[in-house]
Amino acid sequence: MNLTHDDVESPTTAPAKAGTPATEVTDGTAAGVRGTPHVVGRVEEVPPGEGRAFVAGGVQVAVFRLRDGSLHATQAACPHSGGPLADGQTDLDVLVCPLHLYTFRWTDGTSPGGAAPVRQYPVHEESGRLVVTV
Amino acid sequence: MTAVLGGRPEGVSTLHFAMDEADGIDTRQRLVVIGNGMAGARVVEEVLERGGGEQFAITVFGEEPHGNYNRIMLSHVLAGEEHEDDIVLNSHDWYADNGVVLRAGVRVVRIDTHAKVVHAADGTTTPYDQLVIATGSRSFVPPMTGLYSGEDQLLPGVFGFRTIDDTRAMLAAAAEHDKAVVVGGGLLGLEAARALQGHGLAVEVVHAGTHLMNQQLGAEAGAILAKSVEALGIVVHLATRTTEVIGPDRVRGVVLADGRAIDADMLVLAAGIRPVTEVALMSGIEVERGVVVDDQLRTDDPDVYAVGECAQHRGELYGLVAPVWEQAKVLADLLTGTDPTAEYHGSRTATKLKVAGVDVATMGISKPERDSDEFLVISEPKRGVHLSVVVRDDKLIGATLLGDTRKVAYLTQAFDRGTPLPEERIKLLVDLSDGAAEVGVAELPHDSQVCNCNGVTKGDICGAVAGGCGSVGSVMDTTRAGKGCGSCKGLVKQIVEWAADGDVVEDPTASWYVPGIPMAKPELMAAIREQGLLSPSAVFAALAPGGAEDAKSKMGLTSLLRMIWGKDAVQENDAKFINDRVHGNIQRDGTFSVVPQIKGGVTTPAQLRKIADVAEKYEVPMVKITGGQRIDLLGVRKEDLPAMWNDLGMPSGYAYGKSFRTVKTCVGSDFCRFGLGDSTQLGIDLETRFQGIESPAKMKMAVVGCPRNCAEAYVKDVGVVAVGNGKWEVYVGGAAGASIRKGDLLATVDSPEAVMELSGRFMQYYRENANWLERTYDFVPRIGLERIKQILLEDSEGICAELDANMQQSIDAYTDPWGQDGKAPATPGQFRTSLPLVELPLVPVR
Ligand code: SRM
Ligand SMILES: Cc1cc2nc3c(=O)[nH]c(=O)nc-3n(C[C@H](O)[C@H](O)[C@H](O)COP(=O)(O)OP(=O)(O)OC[C@H]3O[C@@H](n4cnc5c(N)ncnc54)[C@H](O)[C@@H]3O)c2cc1C
Ligand code: SF4
Ligand code: FES
Repeated sequence: MNLTHDDVESPTTAPAKAGTPATEVTDGTAAGVRGTPHVVGRVEEVPPGEGRAFVAGGVQVAVFRLRDGSLHATQAACPHSGGPLADGQTDLDVLVCPLHLYTFRWTDGTSPGGAAPVRQYPVHEESGRLVVTV
Repeated sequence: MTAVLGGRPEGVSTLHFAMDEADGIDTRQRLVVIGNGMAGARVVEEVLERGGGEQFAITVFGEEPHGNYNRIMLSHVLAGEEHEDDIVLNSHDWYADNGVVLRAGVRVVRIDTHAKVVHAADGTTTPYDQLVIATGSRSFVPPMTGLYSGEDQLLPGVFGFRTIDDTRAMLAAAAEHDKAVVVGGGLLGLEAARALQGHGLAVEVVHAGTHLMNQQLGAEAGAILAKSVEALGIVVHLATRTTEVIGPDRVRGVVLADGRAIDADMLVLAAGIRPVTEVALMSGIEVERGVVVDDQLRTDDPDVYAVGECAQHRGELYGLVAPVWEQAKVLADLLTGTDPTAEYHGSRTATKLKVAGVDVATMGISKPERDSDEFLVISEPKRGVHLSVVVRDDKLIGATLLGDTRKVAYLTQAFDRGTPLPEERIKLLVDLSDGAAEVGVAELPHDSQVCNCNGVTKGDICGAVAGGCGSVGSVMDTTRAGKGCGSCKGLVKQIVEWAADGDVVEDPTASWYVPGIPMAKPELMAAIREQGLLSPSAVFAALAPGGAEDAKSKMGLTSLLRMIWGKDAVQENDAKFINDRVHGNIQRDGTFSVVPQIKGGVTTPAQLRKIADVAEKYEVPMVKITGGQRIDLLGVRKEDLPAMWNDLGMPSGYAYGKSFRTVKTCVGSDFCRFGLGDSTQLGIDLETRFQGIESPAKMKMAVVGCPRNCAEAYVKDVGVVAVGNGKWEVYVGGAAGASIRKGDLLATVDSPEAVMELSGRFMQYYRENANWLERTYDFVPRIGLERIKQILLEDSEGICAELDANMQQSIDAYTDPWGQDGKAPATPGQFRTSLPLVELPLVPVR
């Protein structure tokens, strides 16, 4: 048996019920509705492929700069069990939470492993500044 | 022990997703199923498969709180061969996803066939248009005195063997007790006996019949089976019964009909099953031994059907799952109108002992019944082998295979299909020529059932192969073949190989080093060396399909590149797991742990004082002595890490990495009166030499001063034992974590230097050849000790010098990450908190 291997290939604990907020997070505005843009920092603060956490208008968000240069922002705490998503690993398709290795798709935030979807926020760059809309 | 199998984490769900509650207009008929066992759930699956989701609003009542699970596999769960999570067939989510209302944990009490509603124990009433009774069976409780402690309460220590809850209870009891008596020497009893024996219990089987498995076996075969079972160490008492349970507070033993008493702390009842018919009886539906049904599985009420073990069809009751599958198909055809003339005409049953340590397979009848029946027997009592077949009108109507089941696949087909038999009947039982098996597979008719548990045919398997499944594993995933009792796996493999015409891949991804790059480790290493790929992103660009990076491959690649290139590997922090980015182990609340290096477990008052000061200064929530002989500072904020390391002034202990970890030592010859060698010093030297070396999985060592093994060297990846006269034994592949394995003796050498050289050489061989995350306890048996000895001791492949040099390169590349990143962060914001608004720590402060 190789416990370790399973560990990395698939999530280790069952996902929490859909919609359970991991921590007290202020709700962002629902998708499709225009929110308020907030400058949270500078692009260089997020190294390629990594994520960093910021606060945008009282909402904690994790901002990622993928290796193709694209920017993504999600809620900071993992919907599964509150893991720090900014400490996760990325590729161009998914974000992997560091705690139990659930993955979340960038396309729609859903998790192939069955965790509740992660909330995403619009993020863009404006002359070197990171702007997150919540 | 109360976890809901296949449930949602919140517990039992009573989900109401039916359309009627959403908008009040559901024109579908209401189909209600009583019983969420193998039959009830299968009916629902078959109905859905026929598009019945649009025709019916389906509600399933299950007395058990669980999702639907594979009851057959309980034997494997009891034997510890299978985890209970892996026997779930349909989880609560599956029901929700398919719009089926599952009323799990709710018992139905009565059906009002006039009003067409069912009354449940929770007081609810549920209307139906069509109703299916699938209440199954329960364990038969044979009469004996002292069996009950209260009204209906079995004496503690008495168990049935029917449900996952029974199985859990037995597993819990088995962990605490030493002696079990199993009542019943049939399939279930023997499986239970063997499974309990596997947990270290002394087991005795009490069987009322004159021979074991008398339902399936003749007397002669039964006698041979009894011998084989006794040879396994299970005591068998035949032709007697238990008349009394010795109590009074819990099971202390049993008394047999002949007056003998047997001590026991567990009493398992496997003396047969009885159909569960109360609901039907209470509702005025015709019940004899079971719920009486016709060829359309209809009871005497036209809208009420019954399937599974509770149903009595043409006077027969079944206790096996194959008839359940056949009945479910017929019923689904009828309910959905797919085939309004579908009929069930009974099943011929075949069965196998699964976990009993003796191979037994039977089908049909066990001895001739008519003068014209042909009967062929091969009996070798000494070898525990008894094989027989019964042939009527050139058709196989019965077979018994005991002690040798090689012909089971072939015979099962002949039995199920009535295929022509060889003229020389002996060929039915003995392979007279080679290669017969392959011919057999080719000749199997397309629609012959291969996996009886899940009703998968040869055609289904061939279809999966044609549809692109290239490996046995993927075929099994797609068709579910081999996922029941598992006894058909061999045949499934043969068919896949035949269908793919030799073109089967081992599960392709299984041999890849990381999932994102389709290459095995040697190939990948060669490509990396040839093309001079120094960073994970360079590897992805050059070798991954479409050059696409893959998050789950990054950590393995980073480790591999460090191993190949040493200092020259290009570091990319995003390709590291968070632990390796910040050199600490992430905790459940996003904080980290700090484990300073304490070589060989030897520390000093000054070091301890330093650790104490730092722990106070940074308000470390818990300071703990680890199992690896050092000190863990747990719950440290990420932002505090660099300053803490600086204050500590100690190097990292690498307690977070897939890397060389610790060397545990004992006090050895300096202090211990038994010490035969200076284990402490050797441990310190080893830890100094190999500190921080990355590897496919953790590498842990221990050195002990004598075979008393106080620091557990026999169960380490590399363990060193002083045996006197300056000699040291080197063990490899030991483990005492999730797996327990005593290491294999690689060699006895005669100096500490030789220990250092040999352990280094072994670890390098492991680093270069092990799969990602494969610990030495899997690696050593996979390669084989003999081969490892030849390569590392006799240099049979001429690579020893290279291994030694490569290890040296890695040792030279070592830098203490705390000393380094502590001073200048590797990337901007390396130590920034990732949960900015969360109050830390969330872990309890001690
Ligand atoms: C701290 C410690 C427990 C303790 O309080 O004593 C510990 C703590 C953890 N162990 Fe362990 N193990 C600790 C000694 C052990 C030992 C005993 C030993 O090393 O002598 C074993 C059995 C030996 C072995 O490894 O074979 C052990 C077998 C495991 C396993 C099972 C590995 C396996 O393949 O069998 C895991 C799981 C894994 O590796 O994925 C694990 C995983 C873990 C992790 C890293 C779980 C995780 O990924 O977060 C725990 C980290 C806690 C933390 O944040 O620091 N730990 N763990 C011990 C640290 C030792 C040290 O100083 O380095
Ligand atoms: C340990 C073990 C090993 C076995 N091994 C094999 C094997 O190797 N091969 C083989 O072919 N067969 C084997 N069997 C038999 C096989 O499991 C059964 O034939 C099969 O489960 C029958 O299915 P069923 O749906 O009729 O009954 P069950 O699976 O028992 O399902 C009946 C369900 O109905 C529920 N129920 C009962 N009354 C009510 C009510 N009033 N309201 C609501 N729900 C109710 C019960 O809680 C139960 O969940 C084994 C059985 C056991 C216990
Ligand atoms: S035994 Fe389990 S819970 Fe305890 S430290 Fe090891 S991994 Fe963590
Ligand atoms: S917290 Fe468990 S996967 Fe994120």
